[in-house]
Amino acid sequence: MKDGFDVAVVGGGLVGAATAWGLAREGCRVALLDEGDRAVRASRGNFALVWVQSKGLGLAPYAGWTVRSSNAWGGFADLLKQETGLDVCFQRPGGFHLALSEKELETRANTLKRLHNQPDIVEYKTEILEHSEVAKMLPDIGREVVGGSYCPLDGHVNSLRLLRTLHTALNARGVAYLPSHRVENISKEGGEFRLATPQGEVRASRVALAAGNANMRLAPMVGLEAPMLPERGQIVVTERLRPFLNHPVVTLRQTDEGTVMIGDSKEESTDPSGLTLGVSATEAERAVRMFPLLANVNVVRTWSAIRVMTKDGFPIYDESETHPGAFVLCCHSGVTLCANHALTVAPMIARGALDKALVAPFSARRFHVPAAG
Amino acid sequence: MFRRLDDSGVTLSLTVDGKPIRARSGDSVAAAMLAAGIERCRATPVSEAPRAPYCLMGVCFDCLVTIDGVGSRQACLVPVRDGMAVETQLGKRQAGR
Repeated sequence: MKDGFDVAVVGGGLVGAATAWGLAREGCRVALLDEGDRAVRASRGNFALVWVQSKGLGLAPYAGWTVRSSNAWGGFADLLKQETGLDVCFQRPGGFHLALSEKELETRANTLKRLHNQPDIVEYKTEILEHSEVAKMLPDIGREVVGGSYCPLDGHVNSLRLLRTLHTALNARGVAYLPSHRVENISKEGGEFRLATPQGEVRASRVALAAGNANMRLAPMVGLEAPMLPERGQIVVTERLRPFLNHPVVTLRQTDEGTVMIGDSKEESTDPSGLTLGVSATEAERAVRMFPLLANVNVVRTWSAIRVMTKDGFPIYDESETHPGAFVLCCHSGVTLCANHALTVAPMIARGALDKALVAPFSARRFHVPAAG
Repeated sequence: MFRRLDDSGVTLSLTVDGKPIRARSGDSVAAAMLAAGIERCRATPVSEAPRAPYCLMGVCFDCLVTIDGVGSRQACLVPVRDGMAVETQLGKRQAGR
């Protein structure tokens, strides 16, 4: 039995760690409950984009929410550096989505048009560029690149260092990090949440569920819901190369230390230990068509990871009506939205209520409305 | 550091960073470099620490060099050829080389 905390955050990945850090900044006494080394960990396998373009088709407020986090990211990285001395290598040079055929470019243009034609959509610029205009910023593109879309708000970060930095900052702020504390059950007694784990019970006045796809199992314990549809992605990583790629591409980026990450596949399988050669070969083949100089570069690693994905792909932020003080946070883009979770959502949880003006569109209640048409 | 037991048959010539060295047919590029007294074959990509051939059996990847314009080749696995141009690799490889 551990003494009661102000808030128990469930999930030690990027969403949970950012939320716990934000809560600690608000003066809360926080416990961060994590699983052990064998947990399925999206925050160790992601692609590390801080990405804006194409987010929000079907739920316009998601575009605004994403732009808000993108704009807050630089300041967030600075705060982390002040606290820990660690640089998470956030860069926002603007990013590309490249098309390898006229049809791909047309599909891209139509998607962006539909996105930006939605009522109440936040205003920002995404341009469709021809090959020659793309080549001015990405001089190494191949002839097969017909063009692409460019958004100056897109960027990327070193996401493994981000996770380490957050945990360093949490430790410095006295947050109780509790590994191997898989939450088996949550009950509320005497105004206090009791979280049952194999290591004993943790008690807290509030609970914030940030356990990725596992929120699906946990949310109903406190009168919430988190309908998830996990999917698998595969990533191919090259040896370290001298910098040649000054802008991240949605399927390919060069990290601060020189490796090129190639990714963006989607599969229904949720086996995190499986790799299918066909998928990584297709990713690599498209990467070489986009950047022919990659043709003889050595691949040093491949991996697959399970994406955290809600059923409609948009985030879920909710507070429980039946269990006041219980919150749920689910999203696919734990890197992009990290600044929002730390600087906007955590203070709401510290105050005890979500700010409806900002996050009402992301309630899971939307899943109960029959889809039109 | 290394000395050949027997200098017979050391008849091939190649260059390392433009300087000629001699080698025997059947030598690996790594063996030829070590026999010629070249101990640093590369500098690591991030910290640029010096590296020499280590395992000599294709496992450690410490002996990466540029051979005839192709970067990150394992010197211990490539047999020497007469006229070969070897370059030590300082820091990150350049894509396209």
